[in-house]
Amino acid sequence: MLAGLTWLLVYQCIGEILVRWTGLAVPGPVVGMVLLFATLMLGKGASEALQASASGLLSHLSLLFVPAGVGVMLHFHRVASEWLPIAVALIVSTVLTLAATALTMRWLLARQERRETAQEGS
Amino acid sequence: MPQPLQPLADIWVYLAATPLLGLTLTLLAYQAGYWLYTKSGMNPLLNPVLLAVAALVLLLLATNTSYPTYFEGAQFVHFLLGPAVVALAVPLHRQLPDIRRLFVPIAGGLLVGSLTAVMSALALAWALGASKVTLLSLVPKSVTAPIAMGIAEKIGGIPALTAVLVVATGIVGAALGKFVFDALGIRDYRVRGFALGIAAHGIGTARAFQVDAEAGAFSGLAFGLHGALAAFMFPAIYLAIRHFL
Repeated sequence: MLAGLTWLLVYQCIGEILVRWTGLAVPGPVVGMVLLFATLMLGKGASEALQASASGLLSHLSLLFVPAGVGVMLHFHRVASEWLPIAVALIVSTVLTLAATALTMRWLLARQERRETAQEGS
Repeated sequence: MPQPLQPLADIWVYLAATPLLGLTLTLLAYQAGYWLYTKSGMNPLLNPVLLAVAALVLLLLATNTSYPTYFEGAQFVHFLLGPAVVALAVPLHRQLPDIRRLFVPIAGGLLVGSLTAVMSALALAWALGASKVTLLSLVPKSVTAPIAMGIAEKIGGIPALTAVLVVATGIVGAALGKFVFDALGIRDYRVRGFALGIAAHGIGTARAFQVDAEAGAFSGLAFGLHGALAAFMFPAIYLAIRHFL
């Protein structure tokens, strides 16, 4: 567990340093995630310690954004004065996103499966 | 002469000044929220984050405690967001065989879904007169919260507002997904899970896992990939169009 957490922090540090150094407009931890993913692809995959730390952190992922969420108390006036655009954007955009993603993926899956059966047939 | 008992208000003032209270209250509020959520049969409207945030805000307002005072303690939980984002690489790597086999459908769904999420939200909120800061905070609403808050910070939104918008989006997506898929006649659990992960990140994924294990796996894949893509794509889009905003 400890070794796994240490590796996660080391990758996060490298990510933060790269972002500061290159001026990239990307959150440092995401760069760390991409680097860790690349390392796992090159090596033999995640060690047991890393797997334990990762699943420990990710199983309580939603707990981790409670402190930031409480910060909304500093922005009540904004939410109150702009509730209509916010509510419409959230609901309508989410329905559109669900539909667009599902339709695109269904179409591409069907296309790929048609091609695979055509190849098996020839 | 015996020491007089400390008045309760003094004890509160003492506790509120130490990090212990903010940290303890955060964990208690979340666990109470989670307990209610499971008791309700995982009703998406009783999302544990929403319940915990509401309870904590009410408590802080009732006791006249400032957010910075609370955050003294809560920062220890908040800090773990960074390593948690890095940790997303581990489940993503485990799904590499799926990504290779279904590369075109996954990449296509990801790109179309991600662009639909950001463009439709911006267009609707802009048309209804939202302010610029609100628009920028809305951009990453479908991305998992830790990454979304990072994006909001990079492009000039308010990370705390984004966190709340992200949770609200997740709840809307988890609640409405079934109706949208049924209306469109989408029965493939891989597709239903993937779309939930794109539109409603971790909250959609939790919902997908309740329905079907394969739907859950594809949903987790979708929200991990969406986070990684959005972190690179959204700030780049913003830099390209910021002069028109």
